[in-house]
Amino acid sequence: MVDVRYDLAFKLYPYAPVPAQSQPTQRHTVVIVGGGPIGMATALDLGRKGTPVLVLDDHEGVGQGSRAICFAKRTLEIADRLGAGQRMRDKGVVWNVGKVFHGEDRVFEFNLQPEDGHKNPAFINLQQPYFEKFLVEEIRAAQADGAPIEIRGRNAVTGMSAVDDHVVLDIDTPDGPYQIEADWLIACDGARSPIRDMMGLSFDGRVFEDNFLIADVKMTADFPTERWFWFEPPFKDAGQSALLHKQPDDIWRIDFQLGWDIDRAKELKPENVRARVDAMLGEDAEYELEWTSIYTFQCRRMDNFRHGRVMFAGDSAHQVSPFGARGANSGVQDAENLAWKLDMVVRGLAPETLLDSYSVERSYAADENILNSTRATDFLTPKSEISKIFRNAVLELASDHAFARPLVNSGRLSVPCVYDGQPLNGLDTLDGPSRTRVGASCVDAQLAQGYLLDRIAGVFTLLSIGADAPDIDEVDGVALQHVVLSDADDPHGMVRERYLGRAPRAVYLLRPDQHVVARWAVATGDDIRAALRGALGKKG
Amino acid sequence: MALNLAPNITDPDGFYDELLAVHQDLTKEQSDALNARLILILANHIGDRDTLRDALAAAKRA
Repeated sequence: MVDVRYDLAFKLYPYAPVPAQSQPTQRHTVVIVGGGPIGMATALDLGRKGTPVLVLDDHEGVGQGSRAICFAKRTLEIADRLGAGQRMRDKGVVWNVGKVFHGEDRVFEFNLQPEDGHKNPAFINLQQPYFEKFLVEEIRAAQADGAPIEIRGRNAVTGMSAVDDHVVLDIDTPDGPYQIEADWLIACDGARSPIRDMMGLSFDGRVFEDNFLIADVKMTADFPTERWFWFEPPFKDAGQSALLHKQPDDIWRIDFQLGWDIDRAKELKPENVRARVDAMLGEDAEYELEWTSIYTFQCRRMDNFRHGRVMFAGDSAHQVSPFGARGANSGVQDAENLAWKLDMVVRGLAPETLLDSYSVERSYAADENILNSTRATDFLTPKSEISKIFRNAVLELASDHAFARPLVNSGRLSVPCVYDGQPLNGLDTLDGPSRTRVGASCVDAQLAQGYLLDRIAGVFTLLSIGADAPDIDEVDGVALQHVVLSDADDPHGMVRERYLGRAPRAVYLLRPDQHVVARWAVATGDDIRAALRGALGKKG
Repeated sequence: MALNLAPNITDPDGFYDELLAVHQDLTKEQSDALNARLILILANHIGDRDTLRDALAAAKRA
């Protein structure tokens, strides 16, 4: 028996029996448990690189509910590399501007993308089921191109045991149980990760005593496509804060912060949800309730995202509050960090210890996300009388004085983590801009033709800007792609501004996930070989 | 910028008068809010994080 725990928005991978269910146990190279956005992104990335991957999901498609609606620029850049970016942008609602209100007063406005020259906007809003559907559509396209990806729906993992060099999984299906083995297992099975529980691993952190009511309403309204956030909203029974956000299909996300001691069943009754929404939108507003939910949240992470042959990615490894859209967006960055490393290890091009750097880098990122989301939560939900006095003082001052506006925290929205000081990093001998320093993910720039990030194609890349780079096309069997840019490629001066700064020329070594390994004013072949070996986790 | 804990206010008695006067006739709640605004305004004027950290420590009398 495989329990059905939720209704589907899209049935994408219906159960189909496979011969392996009645044959001796088969060994797979990589098995991913959980077909959510992180599992599918990891599968697509690995499969496109040619590493065989099997995805097991206990349902036959994507669950209902808009859930993670805000997808950040870095996520869209990754989706572009994976081939699904255009579908996301076409369907999504683009936004860059947020407004913050305190009661009736507008106190603050921010633009998350104040400069030109990026292919992707700061954010799109897109219901999570669409995000997952587009990834699966791209997996189907990749399969048609020969990518070794397989998805098995209604295959629920019920047991696992880790052996020296592999993992054995017990799987239940509508036709009964069977077993498989995996050289590598990636647990993308969510915040309540059954794999984590089966391994007896802890998941500690801080619980926030608050409840948030989500109401997705369908209506035609002419609010601008901006993120509107209220502290102490002026409409009746809206709670301590409220959020209004547009999604595709004329759906609007409304969040109300209800506090801790509430009767969830009562608050979720349609008439009670409607009373709140009516107070916000006006009595005569016409809308349909599309989806409602009440959530609480926690900030916590695993100590280590790698345990031998098992890696954890996304919510199974770390959980944050939703303020800042740092859940799914950070999970997608986990996926791209892990995919190239695992691919290199599977091919024998890098030592297994490279996978430890996945845990090191992504737990560093998780700490950054948890810090940001905890601070936002402390501002949204003051924990003491004095913290509320300061919070309201900030809001009162912010409407009159510019200095107080940066203190207003309605969520610091997801930006990619810079892996400062991390073990794979090489030298930074360029007097270059901080934003493209070693450890940073590449900043996009508009070229004479197309965009820079579209030229950096998921392999190690040597980016030469006005410089001659040594003629190396592989290091220890790992391919090195060259991207050479001159002034003619950079008519808008964006590459100069974002990658050179005061430097006259530069050579950048980039990882397959577009993070900077090292950069130099002048690089020798030995410099590049040493940096690339370092980025593969090789000593010396 | 080191935190200056030596006398630095001209006409200290006059300043103290003004500090009390601004709270005149306010409720406790209003005074608390005013104090919070004042701290934030002064903190921004100082700006320097090390100085602010020293000031927090001095205020806490740790």
